[in-house]
Amino acid sequence: MARATEALPGAGEEALGEGASQSPLKIALRRLLKKRIAMIAIVYILIFYAAGATAPLLDGAGAIPGYTEQDLEESLEGPSMSHPFGTDRLGRDQLSRVIWAAQTTVIITVVVMVSGGLVLTVSMGLLSGYVGGWVDSLIMRVGDVFISLPGLLMLILINASLGDQVESLARDIENGVAIAPLGISLFTIQIGGLVRSGAPDYFLIAAALTLFSWVGGARVIRSQILALRETEFILAARALGASTPRILFRHLLPNVSNIIIVSLSLSLAGIAGSEIVLSWFGVGVQPPHPSFGALIFDASSVRTVNEHAYLLAFPGLIVAALFFAFNLLGDALTDVFTPRAR
Amino acid sequence: MEGTFSYLIRRLLWVPPILLVVSFSTFAIARFGPGDPIRIASGQFRDEEAFERARAAYGLDKPLVEQYVIYVENVLTKGDFGQSFRYQGRSVREIIMPAIWRSLQYNSVALVITLSLGIPLGIFAARRQGTWADPASISSFLLIQSIPAIVAVPFLLLFLAVRLPDLSLPGFFPFGPLESFLRSLALPASGWPRDCNVRLPLVGESYECLGVVSKEAIIPIIALSLPGIAIWGRYTRAFTLGVLREDYVRTARSKGISERQVMTQHVLRNALLPLSTIVAFAMVGLLEGSFFIETLTGVPGVGRLTFEAVLGRDYDMIMAVALIGATTIIMANIIIDIMYTFIDPRIRYGSRN
Repeated sequence: MARATEALPGAGEEALGEGASQSPLKIALRRLLKKRIAMIAIVYILIFYAAGATAPLLDGAGAIPGYTEQDLEESLEGPSMSHPFGTDRLGRDQLSRVIWAAQTTVIITVVVMVSGGLVLTVSMGLLSGYVGGWVDSLIMRVGDVFISLPGLLMLILINASLGDQVESLARDIENGVAIAPLGISLFTIQIGGLVRSGAPDYFLIAAALTLFSWVGGARVIRSQILALRETEFILAARALGASTPRILFRHLLPNVSNIIIVSLSLSLAGIAGSEIVLSWFGVGVQPPHPSFGALIFDASSVRTVNEHAYLLAFPGLIVAALFFAFNLLGDALTDVFTPRAR
Repeated sequence: MEGTFSYLIRRLLWVPPILLVVSFSTFAIARFGPGDPIRIASGQFRDEEAFERARAAYGLDKPLVEQYVIYVENVLTKGDFGQSFRYQGRSVREIIMPAIWRSLQYNSVALVITLSLGIPLGIFAARRQGTWADPASISSFLLIQSIPAIVAVPFLLLFLAVRLPDLSLPGFFPFGPLESFLRSLALPASGWPRDCNVRLPLVGESYECLGVVSKEAIIPIIALSLPGIAIWGRYTRAFTLGVLREDYVRTARSKGISERQVMTQHVLRNALLPLSTIVAFAMVGLLEGSFFIETLTGVPGVGRLTFEAVLGRDYDMIMAVALIGATTIIMANIIIDIMYTFIDPRIRYGSRN
């Protein structure tokens, strides 16, 4: 924290312009560490993600009761020492259900962030900005269509319509089915326990969210690349005969990394929220797998809220705090990475 | 402005193809799914022959592409958006128009409330930049915004409708007198809201209106308006801060005019102008919020209609709401881009190179 001695050489480095691809990030990180609110947000997000990621371990070690473990004699009990968040209608421990629901959120956000946020957004933005021409037109027109679609409605339709198909495909894979496009058997795969683990649900939700989450970020990256394309160092790289992939990934990518980080952090809350909403609607993660959407839906009838408010309050509070933390973090990162806005 | 005009034309030319792609993808995805509306409507013990007849009557036995072509033809030539499966014997148009009208009423009232709280919040925060009051005021509304509607509405219902039934007593709660006051202003003396008939200028038909000033509207209006306050507060704060740094503000201050005059005449005028572009965004956001809030509070608007249509596989209704949603979003985006050119004349859309 208070390493003033290290801060000085760091600043000198910046002035010399050395390690240009590294030091801006380091400077930004140092600035971020100074923001107390952002640090609290990060700590909360880390705890949430750690709890979600270690849910199977916690369960295996017996630290929390299993999320499907019913005890009908203890149904609908308020918060107590043995069940800090109370128990649900079937006497299942609400705390462990919340932790497993966090796992769902963790899986979906990480998968969508990597596939949609990083791979799709960045590659589309880079391609469209640098290559230009018909590639640019095509990507931007497709983007226009996605921007114009009422996202939520489409996500619900896609998940409702394709859920069964994806699940039966997963069942086929479990039973060992030849993947045979055009009737030619390419290879046979067999993976056990797919449907039981809920993988088809995750796959479909992540795929659908990825499809809808790339346009905004790609547009911002494109506009930045358009400006960078004509700068001297890119012209120099091109004149020296650098290949297009090299220019894209060695020279352009580091220069838009700040945009990528900001747009990722801003979209995280949206991704988590979409999954919750889909599961609330009943087309997301299917029971018995817990998801915050399902937990909230089960607890949200007025009668249940009146008599067992804790069933809604705890999951609701944890989700609200997560969104709050994402919002604060996103603000702080925008602040840190775009000095103009300060 | 010449450039802006041709830019507008170019953007508008893109609208029909985009709508075609949107409509076809919605059409295909909706029909691809499990569950057939006729099957859902006819229940478990159905007569297979009657079932097939009903399918044929609605044209559901034809191939997908043919169905789509028929749909587009009907929409374009007759303005016919099809029949609702759920509300049998009624056209989609007939059902959707009053729903849109209702959602518009709710969303406009919510937008006004959001603006009248969010803008002062942003100005307040901007003027106290650097003190604890700036982050504290914005963050507290950010916290409210972070509570998902699906969590907030049940609690609102609990506190405002279940735990405090006194709220509905006329005269106890300020909304009671407010309600009767607004009613006396807005309406002919005939018993409102049951048979209030408002002639809509564009649609030309009359609809029963569910007044946004009735006490049933309190909870949905609160739920719709609260989340947006933080967004408006943050934008207002950012724009106000930008203007506060300008030279002309320093000049105004150095002339010795009162701080109040500096704020109202020099700062706010310039800070609030760019905010107008966000109104379009806000309307789109409200549309999405309506989906949950209308469903949870029972407001018969577009949001709830969408919810019911998806659950009941009401194909033509799904198409209609998807098209309405897409058109709204496209138009909002075009309006925003055009407004930028008026607000900031440095932005010119013309030749791209």
